Amino acid sequence: MDTKLLEYTLRLGDNALILGQRLVEWCGHGPVLEQDIALSNIALDQLGQARMLLQYAAEQKGEGFTEDKLAFFRPEEEFKNALILELPNEDWGFTLARQFYFDTYNYFLYSELLKSSDENIKAIAQKAIKEISYHAQWSAEWIIRLGDGTEESHHRIQKSIDDLWEWTGELFTKDEIDLFAENDNIGPNLDVIKENWHEKVSQILEIATLKKPEAEWMQSGGKQGSHTEYLGFILAEMQSLPRMYPEANW
Amino acid sequence: MAATVKQIWDWLEEVSDPEIPVLTVTDLGVVRDVDLIEDGALITITPTYSGCPAMNEIEENIRVVLSEKGIQNIKVKTVLSPAWTTDWMTEKGKEKLREFGIAPPEGSSSDKSVLFGKAKQVTCPHCKSTETEMISQFGSTACKSLYKCTSCLEPFDYFKCI
Repeated sequence: MDTKLLEYTLRLGDNALILGQRLVEWCGHGPVLEQDIALSNIALDQLGQARMLLQYAAEQKGEGFTEDKLAFFRPEEEFKNALILELPNEDWGFTLARQFYFDTYNYFLYSELLKSSDENIKAIAQKAIKEISYHAQWSAEWIIRLGDGTEESHHRIQKSIDDLWEWTGELFTKDEIDLFAENDNIGPNLDVIKENWHEKVSQILEIATLKKPEAEWMQSGGKQGSHTEYLGFILAEMQSLPRMYPEANW
Repeated sequence: MAATVKQIWDWLEEVSDPEIPVLTVTDLGVVRDVDLIEDGALITITPTYSGCPAMNEIEENIRVVLSEKGIQNIKVKTVLSPAWTTDWMTEKGKEKLREFGIAPPEGSSSDKSVLFGKAKQVTCPHCKSTETEMISQFGSTACKSLYKCTSCLEPFDYFKCI
């Protein structure tokens, strides 16, 4: 078993899983029916992608592991998602600002994963990119709608864009796992993703009449397993049933 | 007598999609391959959307239909690559969708533009008008978006291109 490949797969899978789980909280609470459905659709796509990725991770871990076991029986420190994805949803604008930052990153990342030297990751990317393209378009449109909307929506979305900024750095910071993926052509050079991301984010924020944040200090740790207090609450809810009734079935 | 590959393909025409029952799995293009194996058949399928909850049921329905035909050993394998595209939907399938009141995917999936791609011109399945507008990119299931017709004023689902 290649532990670095496993680690890389888990990071991709956990990003999809934790974001999907967070977004599911909006189900039944969206501001209007169509947007409630939109966010639930996106959550479902994320959970579907998480399943494929965690299936692949389980396969690498070997006998006795399944995607469910990885989702429901790992403790916090074994989750490798980026911190931004575990933050509470707050209001609609905050959820959409995170979605915009992350979808844009995910779009450029998966566009590169289409060329992965790892056949499984490549196949998953071919499937996922079609869905992610729709997500990225939708969340960018919302940033423009809110930014170039009313005085209140402009003010509130600008605050969310600013507040979330410090959580975006981790997406582009390379550690040994990212370097391994880059060197083996499994994943892209994150510097390139960062450049594309900044360009697109600047472009959308400008159309949205919003100011791009300038702060340089960034949070980090999620992909190495050091999380905010919020992840524990997500897992408590997500894992409670399978942990209480490990053999439970539909 | 053992079934032939052709027979099995024909039998699969009886397996309908649980969300859109007018479509069969062969209309949708999710059945990629049929192979004969000892005492039975290996059916290779591919998911439409990665989180599509219909996939488990489709797999189950394939087993039910084939076992009713007397196939003993039924294996269903899911492959991800090449990824499913609406281009694989048959013309017959598209026609059935239209009759059912869902606008079928328009044109090829490959020309989808990201970020402010102009919405495609979609024909209303009720009155055939092309004066339609998108209400939401996301609809009642992962595969559909929500449109309304500005001629007959009816809302309708559009099976979106991927």
